[in-house]
Amino acid sequence: MAEINMLQAINDALSMAMETDDKTILFGEDVGHFGGVFRATSGLQDKYGRDRCFNTPLTEQGIAGFANGLASNGMTAIAEIQFADYIFPAIDQIVNETAKFRYRSGNEFNVGGVTFRTPYGGGIAGGHYHSQSPEAYFTQTAGLKVVVPRNAYQAKGLLLASIRDKNPVIFFEPKRLYRANIGEVPDGDYEIELGKAEVVREGKDITLLAWGAQMEIIEKAADMAAKEGISCEILDLRTLAPWDVETVATSVKKTGRLLINHEAPLTGGFAGEIAATIQEECFLYLESPISRVCGLDTPYPLIHEKEYMPDALKTFEAIKASVTF
Amino acid sequence: MSNATSQNETVHRVSFLDRDSVNIPILKILQADGTVYENAVLPAIDEALAHKIYDTCVFTRVLDERMLGAQRQGRISFYMTCTGEEASIIGSAASLDNDDVILAQYREHAALRYRGFTTEQFMNQLFSNEKDLGKGRQMPIHYGSSELNYQTISSPLATQIPQATGVGYSLKMQGKRNIAICYFGEGAASEGDFHAGLNMAAVLKSPTIFFCRNNGYAISTPTSEQFMGNGIASRGPGYGMHTIRVDGNDMLAVLAATQQARAYAVENNAPVLIEAMTYRLGAHSSSDDPSGYRSKDEEAKWQQHDPVKRFKLWMINKGWLTEKQDSELFEKYRSEVLAEVKVAEKLPMSSVDTLIEDVYDTPTPRLKQQLETLKTHIKKYPKSYPNSEGSV
Repeated sequence: MAEINMLQAINDALSMAMETDDKTILFGEDVGHFGGVFRATSGLQDKYGRDRCFNTPLTEQGIAGFANGLASNGMTAIAEIQFADYIFPAIDQIVNETAKFRYRSGNEFNVGGVTFRTPYGGGIAGGHYHSQSPEAYFTQTAGLKVVVPRNAYQAKGLLLASIRDKNPVIFFEPKRLYRANIGEVPDGDYEIELGKAEVVREGKDITLLAWGAQMEIIEKAADMAAKEGISCEILDLRTLAPWDVETVATSVKKTGRLLINHEAPLTGGFAGEIAATIQEECFLYLESPISRVCGLDTPYPLIHEKEYMPDALKTFEAIKASVTF
Repeated sequence: MSNATSQNETVHRVSFLDRDSVNIPILKILQADGTVYENAVLPAIDEALAHKIYDTCVFTRVLDERMLGAQRQGRISFYMTCTGEEASIIGSAASLDNDDVILAQYREHAALRYRGFTTEQFMNQLFSNEKDLGKGRQMPIHYGSSELNYQTISSPLATQIPQATGVGYSLKMQGKRNIAICYFGEGAASEGDFHAGLNMAAVLKSPTIFFCRNNGYAISTPTSEQFMGNGIASRGPGYGMHTIRVDGNDMLAVLAATQQARAYAVENNAPVLIEAMTYRLGAHSSSDDPSGYRSKDEEAKWQQHDPVKRFKLWMINKGWLTEKQDSELFEKYRSEVLAEVKVAEKLPMSSVDTLIEDVYDTPTPRLKQQLETLKTHIKKYPKSYPNSEGSV
């Protein structure tokens, strides 16, 4: 096993997907010879040819519509949206078309072969158009799967599973971890099952739940809490739609407390959905209100990024408030 | 690669282009009296093809007339006709191979009929019964058939345009000598999807025919309030695309243009734009009343250009059709449609179990749980859910 970073793991997954299925087409803005602005697609055009890995004109709605057309006729489409902030011009194609192709046609046609990859999240001094976490917009749309990896190992396994899944997937890549996260990644082909949360660390006093780049934040907060004698159980949701209610509920029944952390603004964020469901599932087990540590209800700021972020310190404070409720 | 055309003329005083800088001829082959223009080059058509085309015209006229009536009687909730545009739709559909993929807007059921969608299948969709291929999930007229390579209609306008580019590209990658054809109205050409789809098709070399039915109105908005340029065809050269404008009420002109567009697209892996100049004789939909925005005189003028009548006269002139055969054909379809309506409207709706099918390839645990909760509720109050009462 090699130690590689998340971008290399993603590149590896893309290459493997293209090698094992010659109907796989990879496209997006600058993904061709240049290899994408983050270099996630480096070398793939050389390996698989210009017909299978290419630059598109600069049109997110076009990229998404084109992906739908490809997949509706039996191809596997991997479309890169250069930044998650720029997925909104494509929202009609994704929400009204990609998500509903199978349902509205009675399965006469489907675009299960579509995967949208897109770098998301803050912490890179990107201001509000290079830092957003728009995952919640898509979790409300039936028919889409929403997946977020937290490290290089997951990025490869979850991306391969997403590409091969028979449903359209939006795969959010935490860009502040692209080069920062280095870990052991198997050379071979492997998949991580979608729709399953992972228990990252066992604990008994409170369950901490996050996904993607925020996982390292809650792990840090858990370390701080451990020094105060608080034992945190850490869960990585990994797939937001459809999400693993059972694993989360089992953990909360054990610890009696839940804290959810996400970068996106609090209001209407996916933490709200989790909190409501877990309250239903675990009402009699809860020792304190379910806690949400999220971004502020503002656009993502530039110079006040640090203040905006649901960081480890804010999370640590929320953990203490929950256990002493 | 050059950034513009390779042979830009140089001028030394200011000179602007305007809407008439691009002169776009309109292809006409058949005259209103059913005779062919002098020197016109006919498309490939024999008696059998002419009959198949005309048969589809008659069926579509009858279907539109009867189903609009059915909507007025409250038997179906919604309907759209293609009256006045039959030549555009059928003439183009008749130029295709059955493995060419059709991505329609919503007014092109005649193309689906041409492919072989049965009267019963039309009725099942219109009445949303348990045999509807779409499982009763969309409003009437949202047909689709994978067997006939006719992608299911989506209500949001123009979304099929960039999708057609993707379908065309997929056909090329699969090594098939087939194309995608994408229908849309001139109103849909105002959407961003139009630009995205055509630009991508030209750049990515997707064998796709973009077929614009310029029928004069987008619901109530006339073309004069939709665009200021020289129609939709003028944009084709802007995308670097082969383009032609045809008389959309002239079956032979549409046929000729689409036959050659298809051959070009297949040979060159390239898109083609066709703008068919036609007129929507009927209302936009059963929810619309055109008397609020256009005159009877205008409609009467366009009645003179009835594409079905023009083609019929041509067939009669050729000795391929008689008035008697024509009325028999109308009668045949009138009784067939009526009979199928009676069958289709009595069939039950699909079971409530289908409600959670096809959201994903398999229902998620949450969906299954939601269905069970719903069924328990329906069992308690069956009379309040008449469509599902029998299936729980």
